[in-house]
Amino acid sequence: MADVGRHPNIELLTLSEVKEVSGYVGNFKVKVIRHARFVDEKECTACNECVDVCPQLKPDEFNLGLTQRRAIYQPFPQAIPAAYVLNIDDCLGRNPIACGKCAQACEKNCIDLDATDQELEFEVGTIIAATGMEPFDPIGITEFGYGRFPNVLTALEFERLASSGGPTGGQVHRFSDGRKPESIAFIQCVGSRCQEPGNPYCGNICCMNTIKDTLVIKDQWPDIDVKVFYIDLRAFGKGFEEMLQRSRTRGVKYIRGIPGEIENGSRNGSLTLHVENTEVGRLEKHDVEMVVLATGVQPRAQAKDLQQLLSLQLHPDGFLLEAHPKLQPVDSPVRGIYYAGCAEGPKDIKESVTQASAAAGRAVRLMSQGSITAEPYTVAVDTDKCKACGMCLKVCPYNAFDWEKGAPAKPIEALCAGCGTCAAECRFDAITSHQFTNEQLMAQTETALADDSQNKTVVFACNWCSYAAGDTAGVSRFQYPANQVLIRTMCSGRVDEKFVLRAFELGAPVVLVSGCHFVDCHYIDANRHTQKRVEKLWDKLETLGIRPERLQLEWISSAQGRRFAEVMEAVEKLRSEVTGKEIAYTKRILKQIRKPKARKGA
Amino acid sequence: MPDEPKVGLFICHCGTNIAGTVDVQKVAEFAKTLENVEHVATSKYACSDPGQKEIQQAITEHSLNRIVVAACTPRMHEPTFRACLQQAGLSPFLLEMANIREGCSWVHLREPQKATRKACDLVRMAVAKARLLEPLTERKFPVKQAALVVGGGIAGIQAALDIADSGRKVHLVEKEPCLGGTMAQLNKTYPTMDCAI
Ligand SMILES: Cc1cc2nc3c(=O)[nH]c(=O)nc-3n(C[C@H](O)[C@H](O)[C@H](O)COP(=O)(O)OP(=O)(O)OC[C@H]3O[C@@H](n4cnc5c(N)ncnc54)[C@H](O)[C@@H]3O)c2cc1C
Ligand code: SF4
Ligand code: SF4
Ligand code: SF4
Repeated sequence: MADVGRHPNIELLTLSEVKEVSGYVGNFKVKVIRHARFVDEKECTACNECVDVCPQLKPDEFNLGLTQRRAIYQPFPQAIPAAYVLNIDDCLGRNPIACGKCAQACEKNCIDLDATDQELEFEVGTIIAATGMEPFDPIGITEFGYGRFPNVLTALEFERLASSGGPTGGQVHRFSDGRKPESIAFIQCVGSRCQEPGNPYCGNICCMNTIKDTLVIKDQWPDIDVKVFYIDLRAFGKGFEEMLQRSRTRGVKYIRGIPGEIENGSRNGSLTLHVENTEVGRLEKHDVEMVVLATGVQPRAQAKDLQQLLSLQLHPDGFLLEAHPKLQPVDSPVRGIYYAGCAEGPKDIKESVTQASAAAGRAVRLMSQGSITAEPYTVAVDTDKCKACGMCLKVCPYNAFDWEKGAPAKPIEALCAGCGTCAAECRFDAITSHQFTNEQLMAQTETALADDSQNKTVVFACNWCSYAAGDTAGVSRFQYPANQVLIRTMCSGRVDEKFVLRAFELGAPVVLVSGCHFVDCHYIDANRHTQKRVEKLWDKLETLGIRPERLQLEWISSAQGRRFAEVMEAVEKLRSEVTGKEIAYTKRILKQIRKPKARKGA
Repeated sequence: MPDEPKVGLFICHCGTNIAGTVDVQKVAEFAKTLENVEHVATSKYACSDPGQKEIQQAITEHSLNRIVVAACTPRMHEPTFRACLQQAGLSPFLLEMANIREGCSWVHLREPQKATRKACDLVRMAVAKARLLEPLTERKFPVKQAALVVGGGIAGIQAALDIADSGRKVHLVEKEPCLGGTMAQLNKTYPTMDCAI
């Protein structure tokens, strides 16, 4: 931490929040609000004179409210920056009549009660989101009585209790009577691996944290009896299993089963745990003097603001969604933005540091080139055709349009990732998606069906997943009928309603649109628009008297070669069942409704 | 469209990987009938050095301005053939590939006739697209030599230090009054059992 404070290349902005981010990779413009500290960061010597005179007492956040602090304070003794901070909401009043004692007490005159928030602006090439996590609050899990029983604590409260800088100077005391407990029980997976009010995922650090705490206890107070109640123990990292074994040999008892309820125990302040010990299949009662809930972790509430500012996506678990869960774990889907630490998912310090170095490496790699190149898969807007409806901006996952009301849409080349969704959504054919233009894709559709159309299924496949799955099927030699022709797009979001209808008009019995599973979409969430478009098409086909099943939609990931072959089998079966009469009707009705001006090029 | 398309088509045998199932000669004959196709050739291994040289020679000899390579998946050798075009003085984006290996010969091993017919379809579609391709150039833009790190927990600290040590400016934004995040609140930390700060 101190290294950061000293580093000549680091501008440390505390009490600060990002307010606005615009621009694109290599050229982000950032606005930051720096809230007033009221204490001069450079001049403050942490002498404590101000604290001695401040009359206000408030719960101390650092010690989770287990101790109190003044309105002016230092969060903890090793804090960086070391300068004190005045919480203006806790302060009695800035004017000398109300209080202002601290300002008078400070000999160096570092305290400025009239300080105001500052707005800063700068430009950066890359951004790292390291917004971390917060512990799960167990108040909603009523059966454990957190908040009701003073001797039931969270894991983080136990950390503070056992810490020499904590409320008891590192003595593990009970809050009910200040006495050292004779026995402590840990309950695992609190708020993890469960449904509401908890989270379905594993907290990742809680098993090891508990094992650590049992060793801390046994080292200092070997006479305290320690029990751990668990579902299964996840000690998977380097040296972790050895720690668990050490804990067991020190006499810590591991009991498989999570207590269903905690009650007041027989002695004053003690607690009774009712648990089914699933190892021996027996209902048991355990009396202990303190309970620590191994609470899980969740994304910080404030991380959401940043996610929205940066146009990032959240995984269903609420953590930031990476570009690819396996191959690009520290890249965000937006080029030039990377993830470090728990912002992306629960992890321990070692993993957080590893990921942070990886993210920094990715950022430096990008910046060290001085300039960057990108495939020219961008879009151009024909200003004569554009009706300024704003649809393109609405669907673009990257907000890659400059927008002025009433003026034609202006694509921002550097922001565009080239999914082609806007081109598919523009009702006025105003958008050219380079290398995947309407004319080019239409020409492919039409030539595919130039002869023998009744025997062909037209398959639209996205480069990253379903087309790649076709390649995987090939590499694995999974055989399937030879009646499909594939048309590749970068994203399934590019597949225009026009192509599908034209294929049916030309006699295709079946059309398949395929892309990535939602979590895999390489263009954030462009394939949600694919889904919506196909759903609309189903309605349209139905209204026209065409069987909607003839338009199929499948999500296939690049590894799913077997599934690709199975889908090909399935569409072939479907194709063979479409009658000549149906096809003839479809051709006729679609020809009728097609506006002549919709056709050009081919 | 800047000029009349003159399409050159190269069909790869890939040893027997393609030619073992697809009748390459038949596909070549069919391709000759397609609009704007100026030149058709087959190649034992199109991606090999001699294979690429043949393409480059044909580009010069026949003034080709659109190239279709019917071979493996574009996800494999598209970069190879793009570079090949570039060396011959063509925009690398005037290339279209027809995937007649992963998408055809390998998945229809027992149906050579049908596979050949499908290969013809795929080639015809690729030519249809190639005729409409336009030269494009890669995008290039400058990069600011500075980074923003949001969050001053251990992850943000580590990332900021690494980037700063590379000589670049880092703006580290933390909403609390000091650095450290959750880690600062820990007593001892596994697996080393040392104190957190
Ligand atoms: C009880 C408990 C015990 C643990 N014990 C261990 C252990 O023994 N060993 C171990 O390896 N790991 C342990 N961990 C895990 C460890 O704490 C984490 O791995 C580590 O803190 C993650 O660091 P981080 O930087 O990703 O996130 P955090 O520590 O959460 O830091 C994120 C920072 O970002 C700031 N921030 C958030 N949003 C914004 C915003 N929008 N703008 C500006 N700033 C923002 C926050 O204020 C915070 O300072 C434990 C965790 C808990 C809860
Ligand atoms: S780390 Fe252990 S205690 Fe935490 S959720 Fe996972 S299994 Fe449960
Ligand atoms: S969707 Fe088309 S018409 Fe509408 S604003 Fe965008 S480019 Fe213009
Ligand atoms: S192609 Fe995709 S990323 Fe580019 S502007 Fe259109 S919708 Fe946005």
